[in-house]
Amino acid sequence: MIRFENVRKRYPAGKEALSGVSFSLEKGEMAFLTGPSGAGKSTLLKLVALIERPTRGTVLVGNQNTSRIPRRRIPHFRRRIGIVFQDHKLLDDRTVFDNVALPLLIASLRHRELERRVRAALDQVGLLEYEKSSPLSLSIGEQQRVGIARAVASRPELVIADEPTGNLDPELSLNIMQLFERFNKVGVTLLIATHDLELIDKLDHRRLCLDQGKVVNKPQLNTDC
Amino acid sequence: MNLITRYLSLHVQEFAGAFGRALHQPFGSLMTISVIAIALALPSGLKVMVNNARVLSGSWETAVDFTVYLEMSVDDESARTLARNIEARDDVSRVALVNRTDALADFRAYSGFGEALDVLEENPLPHALVVRPNGGAQGNVAALARELDAMDETALVQLDTEWVERLRSILELARRFVDIATVLLSLAVVVVIGNTIRLEINNRRNEIEVIKLVGGSNGYVRRPFLYLGFCYGLAGGIVAAVTIGVGLSLISYPARSLAQLYDSGYRLVGLSVEQTALLLGSGAVLGWAGAVIATARHLHRIETT
Ligand SMILES: Nc1ncnc2c1ncn2[C@@H]1O[C@H](COP(=O)(O)OP(=O)(O)O)[C@@H](O)[C@H]1O
Ligand SMILES: [Mg+2]
Repeated sequence: MIRFENVRKRYPAGKEALSGVSFSLEKGEMAFLTGPSGAGKSTLLKLVALIERPTRGTVLVGNQNTSRIPRRRIPHFRRRIGIVFQDHKLLDDRTVFDNVALPLLIASLRHRELERRVRAALDQVGLLEYEKSSPLSLSIGEQQRVGIARAVASRPELVIADEPTGNLDPELSLNIMQLFERFNKVGVTLLIATHDLELIDKLDHRRLCLDQGKVVNKPQLNTDC
Repeated sequence: MNLITRYLSLHVQEFAGAFGRALHQPFGSLMTISVIAIALALPSGLKVMVNNARVLSGSWETAVDFTVYLEMSVDDESARTLARNIEARDDVSRVALVNRTDALADFRAYSGFGEALDVLEENPLPHALVVRPNGGAQGNVAALARELDAMDETALVQLDTEWVERLRSILELARRFVDIATVLLSLAVVVVIGNTIRLEINNRRNEIEVIKLVGGSNGYVRRPFLYLGFCYGLAGGIVAAVTIGVGLSLISYPARSLAQLYDSGYRLVGLSVEQTALLLGSGAVLGWAGAVIATARHLHRIETT
């Protein structure tokens, strides 16, 4: 589903965020991307979603070489990926329903099909009764679940999440991760960046550890992997 | 068919969305619409005024009198007969005979050349007929002048239209001025709407970012802003048309009584249906253009971060 081949990323104004990263994530896998702050986790996910382009190396997503995707095709490419953000990035002036419907509207889905999918996604995250509410009236945990519903509403094969539990307490965090596991069970490939090691210790999934822009296979005792 | 209705319903939704968002900030939107309305109403209003002046000057020309100077050989009796005959014509409303003796007396009294005239043995002035044509098409007036000129008794026909010509060229100048003002104010409309759209883009930066992150194309992001520009321009055009209409109806009564004083059936000419459509259409097109420029310049700067 995802393959990195010796990927380097240097930001124009800064040091190298990724220095030669290679790994691959199979279809249907669920993996945690760990590592201390500044290790390059967000950068890696941005390369997957084509928010950034690699300086060197090859990023393949769904067997497609992303360097061959021209700028104008990026929106189309992104519609096949679900993205979950730490700050959920919901639009406060729209209802929960309209937030979840946004990617489907963009894909110009038929109205009835759109309603069906939005309701299904909200049902999966247990927020069906809040469809008419404003995101602002929800708790942070609920807001994050709306964000997840939006990411999965268009039924993407791949979902990436950048610190989705960063703002949540341990109980809610576990709740969110279990939600991701449920999606994984029905075949969705997931790559979740987090530095909450206590949390992922409770879950049995592959870990991909980054440190200073490199994949670390045998984490040292003093690293955060 | 299904695809078309789907496409249309999507656009109607977005259109309604653009309108709805404009209504969210009623004060700012009203300000923008008023500025656009003023910029559109000024050239249109000036154009209406110039049009009215042209119609008016046209009606003046037909009301202009001719002076027909007769040959010296024409005597009193023949001059009187000629005056009666001309007055009997359909295209003539009145003929006044200026007798050469009276004319000389007047000239002596008012010109200050009295003593010089004493030197002359004979009255050098001919009889003259002041002919007032019936109001009507301008072609008839020219034809009448030609016919009067062709008479054996006629020495010279003088059509005193110089001042009308002068007014005409002043109006022509005014029309040019209005054209230039139209171009400048149209540019102003584009700039005002472009600036409003720019602010709107800044206000909704967060929304644009999110839309791009979940796969919204540039076209998708742009569309509501284009609709917004279109709506602003159209609304400005409507307000401008209403303003001109109200303004004209306010001065139409005094204008009519003034016209009656001058014995004229003249009425104010307002915006025609075509001109109104043009006003609304150009408002909408200028609004769209302003939005196109603003989105082209500012939207691509918002990249996902
Ligand atoms: N837009 C950017 N411009 C310059 N440097 C950046 C940018 N984004 C991240 N970096 C740098 O790249 C490195 C990796 O950052 P990031 O991928 O955000 O790490 P993580 O998500 O693991 O905390 C850090 O040193 C960070 O300062
Ligand atoms: Mg990060």
